[in-house]
Amino acid sequence: MNNKLKLSVSPHIHSGRSTSGIMRDVLIALLPTTIAGTVIFGLRSLLVVAVCVAACVGFEALFNHIIKKEQTIGDFSAAVTGLLLALNLQANIPLWQCVVGSFFAIVVVKGLFGGIGCNPVNPAITARVFMLVAFGSMTVQAFPTIVDTVSGATPLSLGENGTMPSLLDLFLGLKGGAIGETCVAALLVGFVYLLVRRIITWHIPVAFIGTVFVCSFFMEGMSPVGALEMILCGGLFIGAIFMATDYVTSPATPKGKLIFGVGAGLITFIIRYFGVYPEGVSFAILFMNILTPYIDSWTRHKVFGVGGKKA
Amino acid sequence: MTFSLRGLHVPHRKNTQDQPVVRMEAPKTVVIPMAMHIGKPARPIVKVGDLVKVGTKLAEADGMVSAPIYASVSGKVTKLSDILLSSGVTAPAVVIESDGEMTPDDALSVPVIDSKESLIEAIKESGIVGLGGAGFPTHVKFNVDPARIEYLVINGAECEPYVTSDNATMVERGEDMAYALRMLSKYLGIKNAIIGIESNKKKSIASMKQLAADLSGACTLQVKELPAVYPQGGEKVLIYHTTGKVVPVGKLPIDVGCIVINCTTLATLGSYFKTGMPIVEKCVTVDGGAVKNPQNVLTPIGTSLAELFEFCGGFTEEPAKLIYGGPMMGITVPDANAPVLKNTNAVLALTEKEAKLPKTTACIRCGACTNTCPFGLAPAAIARALENKNAEQLEELMVNACMECGCCSFVCPANRPLVQNNKLAKAFLRDQKAKEGAKA
Repeated sequence: MNNKLKLSVSPHIHSGRSTSGIMRDVLIALLPTTIAGTVIFGLRSLLVVAVCVAACVGFEALFNHIIKKEQTIGDFSAAVTGLLLALNLQANIPLWQCVVGSFFAIVVVKGLFGGIGCNPVNPAITARVFMLVAFGSMTVQAFPTIVDTVSGATPLSLGENGTMPSLLDLFLGLKGGAIGETCVAALLVGFVYLLVRRIITWHIPVAFIGTVFVCSFFMEGMSPVGALEMILCGGLFIGAIFMATDYVTSPATPKGKLIFGVGAGLITFIIRYFGVYPEGVSFAILFMNILTPYIDSWTRHKVFGVGGKKA
Repeated sequence: MTFSLRGLHVPHRKNTQDQPVVRMEAPKTVVIPMAMHIGKPARPIVKVGDLVKVGTKLAEADGMVSAPIYASVSGKVTKLSDILLSSGVTAPAVVIESDGEMTPDDALSVPVIDSKESLIEAIKESGIVGLGGAGFPTHVKFNVDPARIEYLVINGAECEPYVTSDNATMVERGEDMAYALRMLSKYLGIKNAIIGIESNKKKSIASMKQLAADLSGACTLQVKELPAVYPQGGEKVLIYHTTGKVVPVGKLPIDVGCIVINCTTLATLGSYFKTGMPIVEKCVTVDGGAVKNPQNVLTPIGTSLAELFEFCGGFTEEPAKLIYGGPMMGITVPDANAPVLKNTNAVLALTEKEAKLPKTTACIRCGACTNTCPFGLAPAAIARALENKNAEQLEELMVNACMECGCCSFVCPANRPLVQNNKLAKAFLRDQKAKEGAKA
């Protein structure tokens, strides 16, 4: 018996939490949004989702194989990236663009930087921005197939002439936009699931959306309806709940998360009101991703027994 | 300034809670190592062939931080040789073949205590060290200017999964604890004692409340019920939660007026003061999925784990891992013939399934480690700094504040060896300091 006894340094038990378990929970949390997107924008949404997920997982497998790294597709992080990317695209996007975007997310942003945990910016967000700049992907609009829509663009780019959908339509996602960004109701279901499962904390989403709300409130002449329209439009909820909370590219401590959320909210607000692009969520998250290492080093927890009053 | 110490809900698995302590019969042989405490190993004073009885001194304390060692069975010394302990230390050990009689040594007498000096001397002679696991010689801890002691903090938290031997002490040995408290109070002027107990030990709490009520005289005992959150029994955690005092990094409890003593250490002191019998046996929680009848066993020190497990009905299946202590901070044992030590509070035999840990994968920077660390350290950042051999950054990250409780590794979804890294980082810093010292 003796030669078979395991020796190791404590602890000898583990909580059982795992990266794959966390990613699985994120996939589950995105399920309502995926379903809502399919209902709103039609079955082609599912095709976009399937292509992005398959391409992301495939590129990750291939990349690991080529650089002779241990296979990591089992942690489901590539699947999460694929799903998030798809949900950020319009349902009518050419599929080859999905494949190129997936390649960019998995190989350029994640793989080349060292794989999971090493990417400085969120792969899905960065790929979305890349596609926006490279293909103008976001300018070819998809519209809800289940309702007659009058407006020809996402509410954010309506300008003075278009008609803003009602608050309820905005909340339910009956408006133009990316597959997963319009149905705020479904996104909130996912948010609650992530909170209950303790995958994320409230800090980033609340600070992010709250900042946009407060700033818009003042810009819209103290109008709560105007501010509500502002937060229900575009990709704010999917960005704040699912993209800005990506562990790898957001700060670790609650204080850091609040700074991250407020910062992202301010940038979104500035781009929306003063920038040339109608939407600023992706850019805001991307920018805050880059600041994250600094925020992390500014916002470490205070160590017990250091400084302060000595009782 | 208030500080909210984080912590964890670990599985309790206290299968032996509130079971009566069972006394083990005399083992055939005992192997008594000379290094069962922090500090210099004791110096053997017996030789092969000597006849010893229970309580016969086998070894003298060697140096300032050391403790004497006594025979735990009556019989004959058959061997004196070096053994490798699970801690990695090689130390001499005295092997005694038991005559099965367990005859106490007649020469033992109740210690005469009439001053602080004679009290410290008696504590030293008792051979008692920190029995919660630390193994720090108790006489050294108490040998301070009594004016500095504001609180005696008694550790009854017992936050490790499985372990219930302290609970057994608090339930069954209240009188011994009270006796020791009176003596410490009388000769060290201790006026305030506080015992911290996790709220999942109702019987202990009731027993200690009774003791507090009965404790008339100079010393008051306050019973503090604490949430069952690991690591409640960590020294600095316990001090903070019982007295509100913050022990600064790199300082000792006495620097904020506290002495912390484990409840079993206190009870063992009490029985020594009463009877003069030094520490020769230990209540050990024997548990783990591979153990047939988990129970608390009063075990002669030096008994082999194999014999102890045998006493508990043997194994239900081949154990994959043997541990001294709890699963969060315990030390794995390479050999089932390893002996029970003074500071052994539990021995666990984990099954293959229990011992299986998830595979280590890449850090996903989720922040669970830093958001769980009771002291607010950043283990993932420490690991990166160690990887870069960056001593300056390790100092900045305060790795030396780490109490090695293991919360970070426990919660890490990538099962990264975080606390293990912290230990390496502390050793690395010590080496760096030594090198700098050598240069200067």
